Amino acid sequence: MIVGIPSEISANEARVAATPQTVKRLLKQGFEVIIQSNAGLKANFSDAQFQNAGAQIVKDASDVFSKSSIILKVKEPSVEEIDMMLSGTVLLSYLWPAQNQPLLQKLADKNISAIAMDAIPRISRAQKMDVLSSMANIAGYRAVIESAFYFGRFLNGQITAAGKVEPAKVLVIGAGVAGLAAIGAANSLGAIVRAFDTRKEVAEQIQSMGAQFLTVEINEDGATDSGYSKEMSKEFIDAEMALFEAQAAEVDIIITTAQIPGREAPKLILANHVAVMKSGSVIVDLAASSGGNCVLTRNGEIFQTENGVTIIGKLNQLPAQSSQLYGNNLCHLLEDMGKAENWKIDMDDAIVSRAMVTHQGKINWPPAPLPVSPAKPKAPELNLEDSKEAIEQRNKSIGKSMLIKLACIGLLLFGLGQVAPSEFMQHFTVFVLAVFIGWQVIWNVSHALHTPLMAVTNAISGIIIVGGLLQTKDTLGNLSNILAFIAIFFACINIVGGFFVTHRMLKMFKK
Amino acid sequence: MTTGIQTAAYVFASILFILSLGGLSSIESSKRGVLYGILGMLVAIIATVFGEKAEGHVYIVVAIASSSVVGILLAKRVKMEAMPQLVAMLHSFVGLAAVLVGIGSYLDPETKTLINAEQSIHLTEVFIGVFIGAVTFTGSIVAWGKLEGKIMSKSLLFKGRHALNISLAIICIVLGVLFVRAADVYGINYLIVMTAIAGLIGFLLVMSIGGADMPVVVSMLNSYSGWAASAAGFMLGNDLLIITGALVGSSGAILSIIMCKAMNRSFISVILGGFGTVAVSSGTSTIEGEVTALNHEEVAELLKDAKSVVIVPGYGMAVAKAQYPIYEMVKELQKAGLMVRFAIHPVAGRLPGHMNVLLAEANVPYDIVMEMDEINDDMPSTDVVMVVGANDIVNPGAEDDPSSPIYGMPVIKAWKAEKVIIMKRSMSAGYAGVENPLFYKPNAEMLYGDAKDSIERILGFLRSK
Repeated sequence: MIVGIPSEISANEARVAATPQTVKRLLKQGFEVIIQSNAGLKANFSDAQFQNAGAQIVKDASDVFSKSSIILKVKEPSVEEIDMMLSGTVLLSYLWPAQNQPLLQKLADKNISAIAMDAIPRISRAQKMDVLSSMANIAGYRAVIESAFYFGRFLNGQITAAGKVEPAKVLVIGAGVAGLAAIGAANSLGAIVRAFDTRKEVAEQIQSMGAQFLTVEINEDGATDSGYSKEMSKEFIDAEMALFEAQAAEVDIIITTAQIPGREAPKLILANHVAVMKSGSVIVDLAASSGGNCVLTRNGEIFQTENGVTIIGKLNQLPAQSSQLYGNNLCHLLEDMGKAENWKIDMDDAIVSRAMVTHQGKINWPPAPLPVSPAKPKAPELNLEDSKEAIEQRNKSIGKSMLIKLACIGLLLFGLGQVAPSEFMQHFTVFVLAVFIGWQVIWNVSHALHTPLMAVTNAISGIIIVGGLLQTKDTLGNLSNILAFIAIFFACINIVGGFFVTHRMLKMFKK
Repeated sequence: MTTGIQTAAYVFASILFILSLGGLSSIESSKRGVLYGILGMLVAIIATVFGEKAEGHVYIVVAIASSSVVGILLAKRVKMEAMPQLVAMLHSFVGLAAVLVGIGSYLDPETKTLINAEQSIHLTEVFIGVFIGAVTFTGSIVAWGKLEGKIMSKSLLFKGRHALNISLAIICIVLGVLFVRAADVYGINYLIVMTAIAGLIGFLLVMSIGGADMPVVVSMLNSYSGWAASAAGFMLGNDLLIITGALVGSSGAILSIIMCKAMNRSFISVILGGFGTVAVSSGTSTIEGEVTALNHEEVAELLKDAKSVVIVPGYGMAVAKAQYPIYEMVKELQKAGLMVRFAIHPVAGRLPGHMNVLLAEANVPYDIVMEMDEINDDMPSTDVVMVVGANDIVNPGAEDDPSSPIYGMPVIKAWKAEKVIIMKRSMSAGYAGVENPLFYKPNAEMLYGDAKDSIERILGFLRSK
């Protein structure tokens, strides 16, 4: 089977659907590869590189289309391109089926099996083919780099001999793949990053990337089964707008990534938001192509507003990088469809059936919805009243058992006080208090010092020497005197030896 | 010196002792803590010797001078690996002194002036003091013998052991009643017989405890020696002794509790002993996998490719005295830019904190020496874990095998690292007598041989390139 890669005809498209590396992968999968001459030029891949990788170079697009049974493209094909294709050809490309109904009709009429790479369902198995994710990742990264370029200051805070530099504050709106990539890139450049998303579940992901999660006070979750967010209620949007206005005045860079599939991008940054932004601030609108998240955004343009805010509506695609990742995504899909030898268009397959927008002359769009992940059972709402009661209950039962214990101890002490002479009780008081002090002090001793602790307590317990000292008499002869002498001797070994060895040990501990 | 001043001096000494123990809460303040302790002891001794009741200064000076020499020699000569033995020996001295002070106090004619209740209470104090002292004395000697290797470290178990201990304790109580009732000094016979029996109890108690439980035993004896001093304080009516004894007693008790928690065992079961022997038969689950071994060069290669290394030392490191070459190796690895840390299990070694002291001896900076809890979370991101002479403290069975006798004991999760190298002399089980499934894990490699020798050879390969 022959896989063909034509040059992209759109002037704005620098990517190419294959790189020398992915050509090698395709060959390994058993395909033959033909590529139009100069197809990779804008992405810095020369014909020679493709040739070395094993691809066959052809001069004209018509040759590529007429010879190949599988066509790999980036941008959706033009009418002329479709005309050049043979009936039954498989096409892998961006198609944006929701917006391009006439194009689908044309493809169906021509009996093309067209797979819309942007319609690959977002399920775990398909992650490796998900071009939206891989391209969004690049866009998120590039958004930060681009904004840093137009932003006339450091992103990271510094304290230098020439003075202190405040770190830049970056606000990322929408924490999808692009948003998270932007958070990561901005964070690693040293900026203070904040992020907003209507889906509460992404809070953790945002924080794990090193940003602060901003939220509004209204309890509404924007998560849907498709993995994208839904449109929110009016109250929510009002609160959201107030938040953005407050943030706009404070932050230096805003990166917006909010997109709703098949619709115009939601308008999040309004004219009054831009108006309060500091001169020199930057807005990067990653949704520019679908209408823009900022009302002022001009698709494909970079311009400065009157109050000095740069609004970026076009991004360098990092063509070499994105071609590589896009090419990999394509390879993964072809591999999943059985490579060359077991090639099969399986309309029962969860991925193929949803991404194959035209097949055997019929339009197959929109596909049956497919939940991203099995609907999570809602966590049972924590009943605060209940837990409070439980805590109270527990406290009560602890209190009760403590009361019983204290009563027992009190009774015992009372009994002791009945029989024991007052002198004993005085000593006993001292004893109990000393045990308590010891108990409090020793728990603070660090693990590493347990051996020195034993040595010190060993030395200190040599205090029993006092007992011996009190018993020595001037007359040597009697037995109690000899016993006292021996006791002093051994207790003193303990004191001297214990302290000395502790000192020796502690001297060794060094940082 | 009047009694008032003496009491004041005792209060001062007590405060210094409390500050001394408080000083050990951090390494920075620990040296100051020792100074407080020494100062407190000086104050206490001077206040006693120059007190009103004191006599026989000549003997006192002779005793103190000669024993100081012995003490310094002991402390100077001891090797850090032998710290547990020294500590155990010193415990026995306190026990012995408590026995002697107790008997001396009984024979002291001055105490015979007490009447009725006071007299009975005093005699009870003497009796209890001597009892605790005797148990501490023989128990510590056995512990010393086990640690020194003079007595087999396996637990001594025989049928009717508990019954024997209980009947011995009952005999002691009976003797106690007779002793308190005896007039004048005629109770001395009861006292001496009881001392012998208490000594036997101490002997049996520690004989039945296996080598791995030694950290608990030593801290328990530490506690006993404190209570013995405290009891002596009661019989002499001396608050300083009571306070100091209570401090030491609770310190030892806390250490025992910490050790028991670290082994997931109840204090009672350790004291009653007999742990090590039940273990072997009860481990029923079979272990799957194969034990694979590496040679020194391969280990060196592995270390060179790693980014972060954790070393888990155990008693085997102490036996082989491998701490010095290990630190040499650590320095070599650090030079190559690796992050190297030590993970210390609370019961590693034969004394609480034993490993910390050995590493400090080899000049390992204490900020790369971590406690188990501090480092367990980092294990999954660690490239190589080197287990040096440790076994039970890295046993995954403690986490996932309910039939394992050490199930539930907190362990260092070495198996979560990319690669585990276990340095061991042979495939024998650890002190708990439990098979270690870690050795059979696919990411675990054995390196047989003496720890010191192995480390030196690895060091050779590391330096050669």
